[in-house]
Formats: sequence, structure tokens, C-alpha cells
Amino acid sequence: MGYLDNILFAILLILGFGYFYANIKKIVRNINLGADVNRKDNPKARLKNMALIALGQSKMVKRPVAGILHIIVYAGFIIINIELLEIIIDGLFGTHRVFASLGTTYDVLIGSFEILALLVLVAVSTFWTRRNIIRLKRFANKDLAGFPKNDANYILYFEVVLMSLFLLMNASDLHLQNIPGGFSHFIKAGSFPVSQFIEPLFNGVSSDFVMLLNELFWWLHIIGILIFMNYLYFSKHLHILLAFPNTYFADLNPKGQLDNLESVTNEVKMMMDPNADPYAAAPVNENAVPSKFGASDIQDLNWVQLMNAYTCTECGRCTSACPANITGKKLSPRKIMMATRDRIEEVGKNIDSNKGIFVPDNKSLLNDYITPEELWACTSCNACVEECPVNISPLSIIMDMRRYLVMEQSAAPTPINAMMTNIENNGAPWQYNQQDRLNWKNEN
Amino acid sequence: MSEVLIVPTMAEMLSQGKQPEVLFWVGCSGSFDDRAKKITKAFVRILNRANVSFAVLGTEESCSGDPAKRAGNEFLFQMQAMTNIEVLNAYEVKKIVTACPHCFNTLKNEYPELGGKYEVCHHTEFLKSLLDDGRLTIEGGQFKGKKITFHDPCYLGRANNVYEAPRDLIQKLDMELVEMKRSRANGLCCGAGGAQMFKDSEPGSKEINVERTEDALETKPDIIAAACPFCNTMMTDGIKNKEKEGEIKVLDIAELIANAQDL
Repeated sequence: MGYLDNILFAILLILGFGYFYANIKKIVRNINLGADVNRKDNPKARLKNMALIALGQSKMVKRPVAGILHIIVYAGFIIINIELLEIIIDGLFGTHRVFASLGTTYDVLIGSFEILALLVLVAVSTFWTRRNIIRLKRFANKDLAGFPKNDANYILYFEVVLMSLFLLMNASDLHLQNIPGGFSHFIKAGSFPVSQFIEPLFNGVSSDFVMLLNELFWWLHIIGILIFMNYLYFSKHLHILLAFPNTYFADLNPKGQLDNLESVTNEVKMMMDPNADPYAAAPVNENAVPSKFGASDIQDLNWVQLMNAYTCTECGRCTSACPANITGKKLSPRKIMMATRDRIEEVGKNIDSNKGIFVPDNKSLLNDYITPEELWACTSCNACVEECPVNISPLSIIMDMRRYLVMEQSAAPTPINAMMTNIENNGAPWQYNQQDRLNWKNEN
Repeated sequence: MSEVLIVPTMAEMLSQGKQPEVLFWVGCSGSFDDRAKKITKAFVRILNRANVSFAVLGTEESCSGDPAKRAGNEFLFQMQAMTNIEVLNAYEVKKIVTACPHCFNTLKNEYPELGGKYEVCHHTEFLKSLLDDGRLTIEGGQFKGKKITFHDPCYLGRANNVYEAPRDLIQKLDMELVEMKRSRANGLCCGAGGAQMFKDSEPGSKEINVERTEDALETKPDIIAAACPFCNTMMTDGIKNKEKEGEIKVLDIAELIANAQDL
């Protein structure tokens, strides 16, 4: 390679990482559109969650087939990326297999990358079959109609192309290494348990052409990786990065515990205090936007809920375990997360095109993306939360939106209103007198 | 059968200068629902038999606020919670037992932040501790060898990770416990939670309680055990829907223990 190659490579890297960085910044800004919530307590438990659930994939293997195949792809992704380091150094400095000096270690490394690459190809083919041939219910679900279905397949195709290029690159390299007396800079390095079977493809092809192909595979491989990295932001695949913060900042309380709204606590305390002077309330900052009870749009949700939406990879385990969805109701926890992300993106674009300020667009997460019918179908059973391999909580969003419907709009279904009136009047959800509460004692 | 249940109230206890070991939080279902009242009484019979010093709030008890909170009415929930906390704190309550997983969850997890800090346990946990301490013996009696399946209440299981206490009690009854395909953390909801108990379900292809009853029927049980008054109602309705009420009984764990010993 001449200098031109190195410069071209450097420019490519800068473009690839630069665009990626710009999009990451956008995601961070969008996540910060959410309200504050303190999730910095108990770092020990949080680290443990991240280590077990994100790094250790402990919740993935609850469904063993998908779980084990996923671990292969995940390990492949992480480990083969060590190879990326070599590619970057070679590219920038014009070296060739710079780590070859590691000797046997290098052979073991390259050999295990190859085996992993093959396993990834097998896993990805199985995933593709499950989605497109077997059509598992959660993948054939209408939530994924249109782009989400294609998106999932694009990711799989990407993996196939990247792994194939990696193996082809090695195979052509091996072919040149094997030329008696050596060829150009192709020193003997690495072990090739998989690509040795591809290598015969190059028999009878001129060595110069094989070298050209080798360079082509090398370039396409790195370009492919950069494209893949930049596709993440537009795809459902951000979980490969966000699974880590998402499990770290997830709710540590028992699943049954719903937060108590502090703004409500203050008001209820004042109502119940006989000495409180209702007019003595300290005048709050007049410019402050009056806080809303519950959530009707993404700005009312907290930042962890918004990060949840970006993290969701649309696997649909939540929806496949949701009692409402199983029995044909419109509610799908996965769709709640997808809708939330779509709305965040819409708000983000609005901000981008209005010089950093959100201009109201007469739309909201409620109604335009998520309907009350879906929200009222939830039994709060936590099956979706339990299922999520990366600790996303669709339930917390559903509950916050119900709060808005009830406390801001008084828009509960009629029987729910009756239930609440009963609690208010006689301390039970039914019309029984509180004075009769102990009658059971003497009944036979 | 005329029975004498000893059910002191906190007010009565206080007037005698006594503090019970535990407060039995009966809950709205346990107080008013005809089916759930049987569970309440079965539990009291066991408490009486084990000589547990307990008391109820009686007319001073009010809804925990759970259905209001899950329906989205945080105001009503906190009003209920703070009123209840005032009463509980006035009686200096330290420990609470309840047969309703919804009350259990709310009292245990959501009251502390509002000033109500108690040791809260579900009646299956409490019964298990009586058993472990040798204060209660359990025999299979009429249920010995019968086939039983246990439906995990969401607010006991997933919500609070209590899976073993009810199962340990069933084992003590010498019954054959057959798990449903969806059980423990994978258990399917009965359909009542999140205030669904009080409204019609949204349009769909099936009722949730029917789906869950089918899970239970697959195990060909003699008895479906529940540990929640709402689950009990939903499963009982499901069994009626399948016209199996002649063959299969839906019983609470407390009823199993009380009935096994003809209490």
C-alpha cells in the first residue's frame, strides 16, 4: 500500500466514526428530553445486574434456542472485533498482520475468530429461518409490519456479509502465504481452520489477482463494519451498546412496586393537615411549567424510559408473554416501546429543524401513537418486565400514561370511575358500608 | 356448623392494654366478597388453632388503594395510604399479615415511603413460618394424594418473588403438585390485576381467565390452588366457563390447610 491508501483509510475512519459520534450525541440529547429520575443509588447491585444480564446474557437463555445462538453471535461480535484493532493499525500504518509477531497466540486468535465466524454464520442462518420460514409468532406479529421486519433481516444480511468477507480475506491470504518461496508481503501467520476449505477456490487464479481480491475483501470488510456501525442508529440494533447502561440504570425495586408521585404526596399531605393554610403555599417560580400528572408525551416520561425505547431490539418476548396480547387484545408491550421511540425520533427531528427548540406539533405519544384502548388492557402483571432480556419496563410507561388519562383528563372507563368513587366514599372498591367490614366474623 | 371465631380488633386489644403479635389485614375482598370471606375465616381458624395473638382493624380498615393506583389515580391511592398509615401508626403496628397479594404488595412496597414502615408478609409466608417454628402442624387429611396445581398470583410471584412458600405448604399436605406449563416467573396472569377486576376487558379473542384455566386443566387437577382472592374468583369463573365446577375445586392455600384438618 502507498501513502494514498493510508490517507484514504484514515479519512474513511474519520468519516465513519465522526458520523457515528454525531448520531450518538443526538441519541443522548433525545434521551435527556426525559424527566430526571435518580438511578445512581446502589452502584454495586447495578454493576451486578449489568454483569449478569447484559454481559452474562442471563435472561437470554431462558429461551434456550434463541439464547444460545444469540450468545454465539454476541461472542463473535465482541471477539472478532479484536481483529478490528489489527485492521485499523494495518490500515493506518500500511503494515500487514501487525500482530503476527505474537506467534502461537496469534495462530490461536485467528483460528478461534474463524471458528466463531462460522458459528455466527450458522446462528444467523437459523435466526433468518425462524423469522422468514418458520415465522415464529412473535416475528410474524403485525407490530413488525413494514420497516421493522426488513430492518431485522438487513441486520442478519450484514452479519453474513461481514463474516463471509472476513473468511474470504483469510482464505485469499492463506492462498498467497502458501505460494512456494513466498509472495510479496504475505508472511506465514495465523491458523485457518475454516478458510482453508475456501482457499482452493483461488487455485488456478493468478497470484496478482488473488492479492487484488485480498485487498478488496479487506477494504470491503472494514467499510462494511463502518456502515454497520452507522446503521445502528437507524435500526433496532442499538441494544448492542445500550443494553449495558439500560441494565445498569434499570429499576432495582421489587417489580410490584410502583413509584409514589412526589407532587401528589405534597398535595395530599397538605389536604390532610388540619393546620395547613391552603393560601400559604409558597409562591413557586412563576415561569416554571406547571407539572403534569402522568405522561401524555415523551417529555413527561423519565430518561430511563426513553433509553428503554432506544434499547428495545423488538424481540417480542414481552408481547408473547403478555396476557392481554395472548388473548387478542390490541395491547402489545413491544409496540409501546416502538411507539415511544418513534415519537422520540419525531420530537428530535422537530428540534433539529427548529434550531434546537421543540415547536409544538399538535401530536403526542398518547392517542397519536398509543391509544387508551391499549393502555386499559394491561393487567400490570409484570410478565413483559420479567421477560425482557435487557430489563426494559413497558409497564412503567403504561402506568404513567394511565395516570395522565385519569388525573389530567378524568378519562377512565366508566366502571373504573365507579370503583374509584366507591373507594372514596366507603373505603372499598364495591358499594359496601365500611361499618360492615367485620360482619364476616359472625356470618356462617 | 356453628363456629366460634376469635377475632379481636386492635381497638379492643388496646383497651385491654395488649399488643398483638401481628395485625391481620383482611382487605376489601376478604371482608365483603362472599367467596373471599371463606378464605378469611379459614385463615382465622388456623390462627386460632395455632394460638397466634392477632387482631384486625375491623371498621377502621379501608382499601389499601391498590386498584386506584393501578388505575392511575395516584391522588386517591395516596389519600387511602396516608389515612391507613395514620391508623396503623396510631396502634404502633409492627407486623402485618394479609391474604391478598395486592394489599401485600402495596403495604410492603409502596407504604414505607409515605411513612408506613412495617414488616409485611403474605399469609402463605406467615403459615410457612408457623410451620417452621413448630407452632402449626399440617396433615394431608382429606386431600392426601390428590392432584393439585398452583396458580402463581402475579403480585406474589413476579412482583415480590414469593414462589416457594405456597408450594412448601402444598407439599406438607401430601398432595401431588403438578406445575402448569406457565408457572412461577413465567406464570400467566388470571386477568384481574391492574384494576381489570372492576371493568370489562377490551375487545379480543378470549378472556384471560379462560386462557389461564386451560393451562390449569391441562394438568388434570382435582384442585386448583390459589393464593389471592382475585385469582380465586377468576379461576372459579374459568372453571364454570368450562363446566368443570363439579369435578374441580378452586381453593386458597389457607382453605386447604384448614379443611384438611376439619378446622
